[in-house]
Amino acid sequence: MSDHHHKETFVTKYIFSQDHKMISKQYLVTGIFMGVIAVFMSMLFRLQLAYPEKSFSIIEAFLGRSGEGGVMSPDMYLSLVTIHGTIMVFFVLTAGLSGTFSNLLIPLQIGARDMASGFLNMISYWLFFLSSVIMVISLFVETGPASAGWTIYPPLSALPQAMSGSGLGMTLWLVSMAIFIASSLMGALNYIVTVLNLRTKGMKMTRLPLTIWAFFITAIIGVISFPVLLSAALLLIFDRSFGTSFYLSDIFIAGEVLHYKGGSPILFEHLFWFLGHPEVYIVLLPALGITSEVIATNSRKPIFGYRAMVMSIIAIAFLSTIVWGHHMFVTGMNPFLGSVFTFTTLLIAIPSAVKAFNYITTLWKGNLQLNPAMLFSIGLVSTFITGGLTGLVLGDSALDINVHDTYFVVAHFHLVMGISAIFGMFAGVYHWFPKMYGRMMNKDLGYLHFWITAITAYGVFFPMHFVGLAGLPRRYYTNTAFPIFDDLLHINQVMTVFAIIGGLAQIIFIANFFFSIYKGKKAPLNPWKSNTLEWTAPMEHMHGNWPGEIPHVERWAYDYSKLDENGELWGGQDFTPQNVPIRKGEEEF
Amino acid sequence: MKALFFIIIFVALAVACWQFVKLLGLAKADDQTATEKENNINGWLMLILMGFIYGLMVYSMYGAKDVLLPQLSASEEGKHIDILFKITMVLIMVVQFITQFLIFYFTFKYRGIKGRKAYFFADSHKLETIWTVIPAVVLAGLIFYGLWTWNQVMDSSDAENPLMVELYAKQFQWEARYAGNDHELGYANVRFIEGTNTMGVDFSDKNALDDIPLMVSEGKFVKELHLPKGRPVIFKLRSQDVLHSAYMPHFRAQMNCVPGMVTEISFTPTVTTAEMRLNDDTVAKYEGINKIRSDRGDETVEFDYLLLCNKICGSNHYNMQLKIVVDEEEDFNKWLASQKTFAQLNNKN
Repeated sequence: MSDHHHKETFVTKYIFSQDHKMISKQYLVTGIFMGVIAVFMSMLFRLQLAYPEKSFSIIEAFLGRSGEGGVMSPDMYLSLVTIHGTIMVFFVLTAGLSGTFSNLLIPLQIGARDMASGFLNMISYWLFFLSSVIMVISLFVETGPASAGWTIYPPLSALPQAMSGSGLGMTLWLVSMAIFIASSLMGALNYIVTVLNLRTKGMKMTRLPLTIWAFFITAIIGVISFPVLLSAALLLIFDRSFGTSFYLSDIFIAGEVLHYKGGSPILFEHLFWFLGHPEVYIVLLPALGITSEVIATNSRKPIFGYRAMVMSIIAIAFLSTIVWGHHMFVTGMNPFLGSVFTFTTLLIAIPSAVKAFNYITTLWKGNLQLNPAMLFSIGLVSTFITGGLTGLVLGDSALDINVHDTYFVVAHFHLVMGISAIFGMFAGVYHWFPKMYGRMMNKDLGYLHFWITAITAYGVFFPMHFVGLAGLPRRYYTNTAFPIFDDLLHINQVMTVFAIIGGLAQIIFIANFFFSIYKGKKAPLNPWKSNTLEWTAPMEHMHGNWPGEIPHVERWAYDYSKLDENGELWGGQDFTPQNVPIRKGEEEF
Repeated sequence: MKALFFIIIFVALAVACWQFVKLLGLAKADDQTATEKENNINGWLMLILMGFIYGLMVYSMYGAKDVLLPQLSASEEGKHIDILFKITMVLIMVVQFITQFLIFYFTFKYRGIKGRKAYFFADSHKLETIWTVIPAVVLAGLIFYGLWTWNQVMDSSDAENPLMVELYAKQFQWEARYAGNDHELGYANVRFIEGTNTMGVDFSDKNALDDIPLMVSEGKFVKELHLPKGRPVIFKLRSQDVLHSAYMPHFRAQMNCVPGMVTEISFTPTVTTAEMRLNDDTVAKYEGINKIRSDRGDETVEFDYLLLCNKICGSNHYNMQLKIVVDEEEDFNKWLASQKTFAQLNNKN
């Protein structure tokens, strides 16, 4: 029975918990912790880019021998960008975002007592935790952390002779990622099974909130693509440690010819990007799902074009698995393949455009409640469009030639997947914090956080496009080796100032988050006047989510401001929760 | 322990944030979604954010005018790319301008007012069709034009009398080899690297001996690579150790160098170095650069074409470069004739 309470010890309640709500909080806090590390790293390397050769005591303080005299070494610079990318993409925006909100919302919004397998869910979190620990430990090894870029292309990542970060640091990176993948697969399988099997009575697939659709489809592409990265990592481990030649061939380094013969780094690139591109959507779709929910709720309007939104999520997910080659237009891949990938890649713009226009139409004639969650969601739509549009350049093979691997790419993906996804995550935290902790976050700090973050995000990444168009390659320790880039220094300084302000502004969020857990104002049951089922569950967290019977679902999730035949709001309020039966004379949408 | 000091500062900042709010008494009880006042302030701020984004767009474009690559492409193929790029950018700007306006204007206009009813508008087949079909049609055009351009750029089969040049990448420098009189590059593999044969050329191959190398000699890097104006150049790219990428931004050309295989890219240079130095964009850009350099006390520089490494390849990746000089064909031939072939070099040894 659901309202039967087990005797819980501290360990089973807070540490080895099998309750999806606790696991979700564990994911969130771990994600925030990793995020702090990664954002801090980005502030350090932005300092290096804007003020090369200048001495900063903060660099010496944190980087030690690699930052002697307050100037970081080239190897350390590459390590910082590598680990920043790895942590942000996988640990923060995959585990921190999807792990937190899929866990919290799937059971609560579909009306389930818990995940299909609470035990698997617990293992999933603890493997994630283990992989985070290993990744953090790798920062402290003597030869330095992995530094071949987050894409770890061999042979650079395979040969310790090529760079010092490819020694023990790289081994730990690979071990950490292998464990991470296992964790994320367990999570994803659990999400899929739960959504398919444990929906409450009346919760048809066509009545699922868009959040759940997004998490569900995300889990499916995760299950399809993550195993491929695992195999890529395993083969790389074989090449590194057991002398195989999957990726390596004809290499002369450090004065000797190596024995490798017949392998190809391009194979690795294919395997990597077969995950790598869907990964973009693994990161982005949950953020879009959260946005759909937050925008509809706070516009006090149904999301526009629910079916089109679902179809475009599915279309994006499908297309995302057949476009990976657009990362490889200039790798020596057959030009004909390049044509195919250009075609499939640019097609993604269609469902993306549908989503963007549907969001805009949802705002139209709404009664917008501009709370922090809503601001971040609107911000997401803005950055998603700004960043997404330049995909038309990068996805077009002919145009990609000249901007490939320049800062244009860095600007593009930071806006469209980095900033957008992190905005989605913030929106989710502000929106569901009351559900997680039973208290409200401080709204004014939330506003301050949004405004500084939004302005600095644009301030960093918009000018960056032009630095790329000027031909500046990414992953350059300094631009001073080329006089042609001397005139970019002042743009770099502007970006760095924005980046540091934006990074420091996250302190506001962290302060707000942790203090609100303990000191926040007590939250009412349904603070945002929302329709979805999670707000019918009692404030006090309990195993099984609802005392007594699980509510039945009678309608879709978006009956906001629905009018009866007299032009009055149904029931006198502008929202009708999903568990309210269809009224007499009311048409179900 | 200085690190600890900085961490303590960050934590103190966080505490200060919270105290600040408490002090101002802003942590007030309120209507939970958003008050009318909050909607009003944030609605206006959203308009300001829109202004900021537009301002940033204009400022970036204006400010970047002189720092971008010269508009004039230095290769035949680059011209096709530039046209496609311009079309795409205009499209992007228009869509960006309109959609951002709609987002922020709607946010402002429909900011919440107590008692106003939102318009229940859940679906419209017509609208959905419009914004599925229009992007599809526009994209179809873009895709077909893009693929046509891609073929123009990548297909070198119709090149007449091409110059064969090999670029050889290694941590952290470039070497090069011209095919010589037979227009064929001799076979090479890292397993032949020995002594002065730094490119691993197989001298038993009949095509090899007339090849003209630009090699590292006595520890000195290769200084410059010469190319003729108006003659198609086919580059064969190899790498000795890790992935590199040969990036020649002025020619709109880039291709990776992959250990274990030979990759290819080709273009026809159309502007000599001397001509490019007189180009308006170049003059403006280098005026800016030289002003910055002389303010700093560095020597002034002249425009040169560049070959950069654009695939992370190790600690000195940021400084793996080679100067490219485009000459009139006559001057180029003269220059090439003054370089030594492998046969000549090997005899001397």
